[in-house]
Amino acid sequence: MTFVVERPGPGSLVQDRGRSAMGHLGVSPSGAFDRVALRQANTLLGNHPGAPAVETYGDLVLRAEAPHVIAVTGAIGPITIDGRPVAYGRAVRIGTGQRLAIGPVTLGLRAYVGVGGGIAAPLELGSASVDTLSALGPAPFRAGDVVPTAAGGPVPDLEDVLPLGRSGDLTLDVVLGPRDDWFTPAAVRRLLEDAWQVSPASSRVGVRLDGAALERSVHGELPSEPVVRGSVQVTAGGQPVIFGPDHPVTGGYPVIAVVVDAHTDLLAQARPGRTLRFTRVA
Amino acid sequence: MNILPCGDGAVLIDCASLAEAQGWFAALDDRAEVVLGARTVLVRGEPDACRALIGRTRPEPVVAEKSRTIEVPVTYDGDDLAEVADLTGLTVEEVVAAHTGTPWTVAFTGFAPGFSYLVGGDPRLHVPRRASPRSRVPCGAVGLAGEFSGVYPRESPGGWQLIGRTALSMWDSSRDQPALLVAGTSVRFVTA
Repeated sequence: MTFVVERPGPGSLVQDRGRSAMGHLGVSPSGAFDRVALRQANTLLGNHPGAPAVETYGDLVLRAEAPHVIAVTGAIGPITIDGRPVAYGRAVRIGTGQRLAIGPVTLGLRAYVGVGGGIAAPLELGSASVDTLSALGPAPFRAGDVVPTAAGGPVPDLEDVLPLGRSGDLTLDVVLGPRDDWFTPAAVRRLLEDAWQVSPASSRVGVRLDGAALERSVHGELPSEPVVRGSVQVTAGGQPVIFGPDHPVTGGYPVIAVVVDAHTDLLAQARPGRTLRFTRVA
Repeated sequence: MNILPCGDGAVLIDCASLAEAQGWFAALDDRAEVVLGARTVLVRGEPDACRALIGRTRPEPVVAEKSRTIEVPVTYDGDDLAEVADLTGLTVEEVVAAHTGTPWTVAFTGFAPGFSYLVGGDPRLHVPRRASPRSRVPCGAVGLAGEFSGVYPRESPGGWQLIGRTALSMWDSSRDQPALLVAGTSVRFVTA
């Protein structure tokens, strides 16, 4: 039971639930950036909710070497099997030799391609996820790669997953701290009031934001301290970076606020140039 | 000690010293998911539950004897060895003697899997990071930066002053214990 990668697309990766509780080894959580979309794809297929799937920016073509069931969630773009459009957010059958194509995504950023049974990628430290910072897990897809899949069970009869509905500004809830007191009151106010733009230099390590620099009131060096997925670290130049799943375990710049965990999945779908705002919840 | 907010899934214990942070880390390690920083301990969990757990926990005194000692053989031929000698006012031989003369302790792990920040070495070896980081530091390179020494677990970019190299494998994800040096481990550098 395999797929063959005919077009890898830019940065198509195997992702599952990631590596938890390994921060003391210097290992980041990694895993699907949009965990909700991963869970939706797996649920549609009757898989374990954290089974390995493909995280992709699109422009991906996979050829089935055996009959499979697939489901595409997350970002929205054209989805076809042998050129015929198929539904987003639905378990769909694909026959031997047929080609599943995910076009360039047009709404959101990262699509998830689940397969019945899940992708049978080798585990490293308990996960099949690619950690782009630490180079753990399987290599990004290349043309000609053979992607093995595990045997799937019965596919449940579920309603389609509704597509992402958000194309306007993205608003993320944040808790101030741990180091908001390293910034001027005006900088903290501006973090919460300004409209920020998602930078093209964003990645799974961190989503960089463009906007007026945030000024610090404490100018010393911060002794390296642990950070989490969602930590808003402010670089030496005053620009915020929101850490993603492949964040370093510790950081040497102050974290002004932390995005609440459930909203970090929305961040996975923030395209460069999108306007982003923060709302303080604590 | 202060408990600082860190989102809705963790809190950060902010300590006055590394030793205090190590004490909290040791006391909480079995009871929660914790990550040690240079002056801080991240405790994962619902914040009110974390605060309650910390409230009924006393930091453990850090007992050096509890930890194991690892000997790391080093060939002292790093590209920055002469510069470290200049910066410290020591001769190259004195830099090597200082680096091997005192045991170091793993304070915490970060930057990359298996990259351990070692402290407690000879204070004469405190040197700044390089002004511009190297885009490629080889696997096994032994470096100095600030109060820390460390060994690069694999080839990566890096800004530390490189004084030598070791053939000892710092990181192997197929081992039962992937990281050779974990928080609390005592490290003795020896001339290879």
